[in-house]
Amino acid sequence: MTPPFAEQLNLRLCHRCKYASPMDNGPSHCARCMAPLHYRKPGAITRAWALTLAALVLYVPANTLPIMRTSALHRDSTTTILGSVVELWQQGAWDIALIIFIASVGVPVTKFLALGYLLVTVQWRSTRSRKERTQLYRLLELIGYWSMLDVFVAGLLTALVQFGPLGGIEPRPGILYFGLVVVLTMMATLSFDPRLIWDTGKANE
Amino acid sequence: MNDAQANKPAPPEIQRRRWHVSLVWLVPLVAALVGLSMLFRAWQDIGPTIEIRFATAGGLSAGKTPVQYRDVVVGRLTELKLSEDHSGVIGTVELNRSGEAFTREDTRFWVVRPQIDASGVSGLETLLSGGYIAADPGTSSSTSKSFEALDSPPQIIYDQAGSRFQVEAGDLGSLSVGSPVYYRRVPVGQVVSYGLADSGESVNIEVFVSAPHDRQVTDTTRFWNASGIDLDLGTGGVNVDMQSLVALVTGGLAFGSPPEDRQQRPPAGADARFQLFSNREQAMAPQKGPSRKIRMRFTQSLRGLEEGASVGFIGKTIGTVSRITLDYDSEGGNFPVIVEATVYPRLMGNVYQKFLQSSGQDEGGGAARELFAGLVGEGLRAEARTSNLLSGKLYIALEVYPDAEPATMDSSNRGISVPTRPSGLDRAQSQLINLVDRLNKVPFESIAANLDSGLAELNQTLEQINDEVLPATLTTLGGVDRLAARMETVLASLSTALGSAAEAFAADSPEREQLDRVLNEVERMSRSVRQLSDYLRRHPEALLRGRDQQDRSDLRP
Repeated sequence: MTPPFAEQLNLRLCHRCKYASPMDNGPSHCARCMAPLHYRKPGAITRAWALTLAALVLYVPANTLPIMRTSALHRDSTTTILGSVVELWQQGAWDIALIIFIASVGVPVTKFLALGYLLVTVQWRSTRSRKERTQLYRLLELIGYWSMLDVFVAGLLTALVQFGPLGGIEPRPGILYFGLVVVLTMMATLSFDPRLIWDTGKANE
Repeated sequence: MNDAQANKPAPPEIQRRRWHVSLVWLVPLVAALVGLSMLFRAWQDIGPTIEIRFATAGGLSAGKTPVQYRDVVVGRLTELKLSEDHSGVIGTVELNRSGEAFTREDTRFWVVRPQIDASGVSGLETLLSGGYIAADPGTSSSTSKSFEALDSPPQIIYDQAGSRFQVEAGDLGSLSVGSPVYYRRVPVGQVVSYGLADSGESVNIEVFVSAPHDRQVTDTTRFWNASGIDLDLGTGGVNVDMQSLVALVTGGLAFGSPPEDRQQRPPAGADARFQLFSNREQAMAPQKGPSRKIRMRFTQSLRGLEEGASVGFIGKTIGTVSRITLDYDSEGGNFPVIVEATVYPRLMGNVYQKFLQSSGQDEGGGAARELFAGLVGEGLRAEARTSNLLSGKLYIALEVYPDAEPATMDSSNRGISVPTRPSGLDRAQSQLINLVDRLNKVPFESIAANLDSGLAELNQTLEQINDEVLPATLTTLGGVDRLAARMETVLASLSTALGSAAEAFAADSPEREQLDRVLNEVERMSRSVRQLSDYLRRHPEALLRGRDQQDRSDLRP
């Protein structure tokens, strides 16, 4: 027993003010805030795919390029994300290594996989475990910004560790790409419409 | 109305979808472009990969150690592994695009580590940052993929202007790589490398002289060892010669030209070879030129003559004794000593030069032999002389004795043989022996017998004197006695005459009384004269005016 769809009740949800606007008088604009009304987010799947792919492409330089340059008394070293994880792990700081690994590798990869899974299943009009998929989407929204941890760490260190000739930390291009990856995945998550998961049920009924 | 409204959004929706498709897909397109451009740049930046073989991996770490040239990173060590025979470490280095010059075949690599030596401290920055691989591109046109790292940093990097010279030395002394090279005490270069010659007989030292100074090195330049202190104790006091403290510690070389060759000469070629002299004096000495062997045959013992003893020509050292051997002369039954010496005719100076000019020969041929043959004809003889009375060391002196017995050089022998002459000491010895021999021949016994008979005659003579001469002498002495007695009576009469003269001056004689009176008169007169003079001193005007009345009484006696 599934509840009726908004379309069946001749209603459309406003994206901006979440007002369930009746479609009786046939307007294409929200009766309350005059925002354009759509039955589903327009071009959701295409946008989500495009942004996910862009993030995936940018994820490559984000990992291969150095994110930080640490200089201390003639000792210059540039670190990539994975390099710093390995270094921290070797130095015994496995807890910090684990946090960084989860934040910078685990979360983005999870997002790519999850988004890809959601998009593919929606396109295939799969009806299996729709509830879990919706939960997965909520999770995506929740963890999305935690990946910015790396960017914040780099920003903080850059601001704090500036000792002139004695030493200092500078950001390197890798962190920019990483930030772009995070932003693009979040945008992809936003542009996806979770209601599409349930649209398949209508066809079955 | 409803239909119209339903139809209305339909066409724009299709249009919008088209627009959205193209716009959203721009994002991954841009991302892909950025990624591709980076990939392209990274691919463009990848330079050649080379392998460097190190003795140890000390100070190196794979993935971190950079390859630097003039403090610019031109590559990075990516991998370190043991060589297959475990005799070294092979490091894989990825060079940058700009590092292509470092694949030239003669490129040198070495590990920079902190180094402290007498000439300074270097590589101190690597104490904190860890070592790095320094590179020095070569000039070769062919490239290579594998290199051998140097054990120590090279002293000269490739584009440093200057010239390299080979200096051949008997031994290395205290020189080492990096030892300074001085020209007029200005440090102008350093020792770059050294190694034994293939024959093992000498040490080849490679010297680098930097650019403006390398033209001071000409083909007449002499190199000498400037290490240590040269102490010269002469009549003018103590003279200490030292190039610098650094040279004292690390050793050093100096070069210069002898005064007669100071005029402008073209610089020596880059591969010129020089000989290293042990000190400045030797280096500046005139060139010895080619050597000649001379041979001398002495008949006396030459104890004290050693190989290396000097050979002097009229006081000037022209060579050294090279060999002393004993021979057996079956005809004379004696053991002559054969002395061979190496002499440098050029050291004879003008003697040789003038001979060469007059004979029109050059020194390559038998000119020296002819010169010696001529000199022998004029009386040149070799003589073993004592150079040091304490140690009894001998040297060979070649002197011309015009009165010597005529001799000629053995013409059958190709070498130069100089006739000999016993030394002064030997001659003195033989003369002494002659003297003793002659003394032995003196007939001492007959002389003694003659002397005996002479003495007996003397005895007889003395007896004669006693018997005849002495009595006559006694009578003469009696005459003298009598003369003395007569002299005594003369003296007695003289004393009575003197006694009468004394009586005349006795106290109560009239002559004495008269004398007393005269003396009193004189005394009074002198007193009145004194009074007059006193008055006149007090009253000089009295001479003109006469005496005052009141004063008159004063003068009254």
